[in-house]
Amino acid sequence: MPSVSMTVNGNAVGGDIEGRTLLVDFIREHLRLTGTHVGCDTSQCGACVVHVDGTSVKSCTMLALQADGCQVETIESLADGDTLHPMQEAFREHHGLQCGFCTPGMVMTAVAMAKENPNLTESDVRRGLEGNFCRCTGYQNIVESIVAGAKAMQG
Amino acid sequence: MYEFNFNRPASVADALAAVADADDGQFMAGGQTMIPVLKQRLAMPSDVVELAKIDDLKGIAVDGGTVTIGAMMTHSEVHNSSDVASAIPALADLAGMIGDPHVRNRGTIGGSVANNDPAADYPAAVVGLGATVVTDRREMAGDDFFVDLFETALAEGELITAVRFPVPDKAAYMKFPNPASRYAIVGVFVSQSGSDVRVAVTGAGPCVFRAVAMETALASDFSADAVAGIFVSGDDFNNDIHASAEYRVHLVTVMAKRAVAKAG
Repeated sequence: MPSVSMTVNGNAVGGDIEGRTLLVDFIREHLRLTGTHVGCDTSQCGACVVHVDGTSVKSCTMLALQADGCQVETIESLADGDTLHPMQEAFREHHGLQCGFCTPGMVMTAVAMAKENPNLTESDVRRGLEGNFCRCTGYQNIVESIVAGAKAMQG
Repeated sequence: MYEFNFNRPASVADALAAVADADDGQFMAGGQTMIPVLKQRLAMPSDVVELAKIDDLKGIAVDGGTVTIGAMMTHSEVHNSSDVASAIPALADLAGMIGDPHVRNRGTIGGSVANNDPAADYPAAVVGLGATVVTDRREMAGDDFFVDLFETALAEGELITAVRFPVPDKAAYMKFPNPASRYAIVGVFVSQSGSDVRVAVTGAGPCVFRAVAMETALASDFSADAVAGIFVSGDDFNNDIHASAEYRVHLVTVMAKRAVAKAG
């Protein structure tokens, strides 16, 4: 079996995997980092969004071997101990979730969006969420959370 | 997904050899279509030859009235390129309308063009601008490249290395996207270069095509009104849960009007 090595949340990790292993399965099954979710498994819902070399990707639509040598960040990278990341805190404060299943992907997408454009407007956020589905909230509070979180990340 | 051998060559020559030497080799660009296809077991290549490590397939060059985009440039890279935005703003605009942000960070122009999905956006730009598809062995006019549903003029084992776009006087792309997938239910790319006008339609039929009657009308009067009364034939149009063929015929005219208005 081919071997893979990458940096996940600052830690060097690796292993022998099948070529067909998806990045999300490597993260969840091999590394046991289960914060990254598999929603649709068909590249649509965005629950599996992680950052690879600083850009957001759907980890169900990337092979683990394609991330060989890359810097990968998952939802587990955000909080500092018990202190939530400003974007996570904004989701808590603005109730940007109901069941929470889509939330890891929403937050990782939001952080990528805010890094690219710190002054996000509501329409920027709605457009930036085109690849993330939420089946509970109707998005309103998610959008409010992201606008607030992006502001908080600047401070 | 069936298991396969995974190859990551660093040169075009090695990539061609890897596919040629395999029982059933398959190139993979950004994988945004191919990985879902593999998951559904609609393809079972013995070898996947991934192209991300080949520097010769990357880069954007503006030179004497043309913009050449390496096959492995992602939609995000094209969308965010100031060179593309200043030379052919309609092309940067189109790249930013593909899929969603995560798909745009992985999907590539070469992969999109090679796949020739009937609802993909890039084929409309390639035909609508009269671009040239450059491969490891030849150059093909965009008009000759897209053959039919998911079918192109590429030979077995032939690899797209770049797409070269002539800079038009003006151009614009408008699409009516599927609200879930963002694929084009209908997309229309218009361009004008001197007296030459092109109108390319994607999403509507089995393959991108030129709306010749609209081109003729726009050549004498480049205005939205000039195409308002022109309706293309929908005989072979897609007819599915997203839109009827009749509705797509209507949308082609509406998107053409909007694209002409946007081009200014």
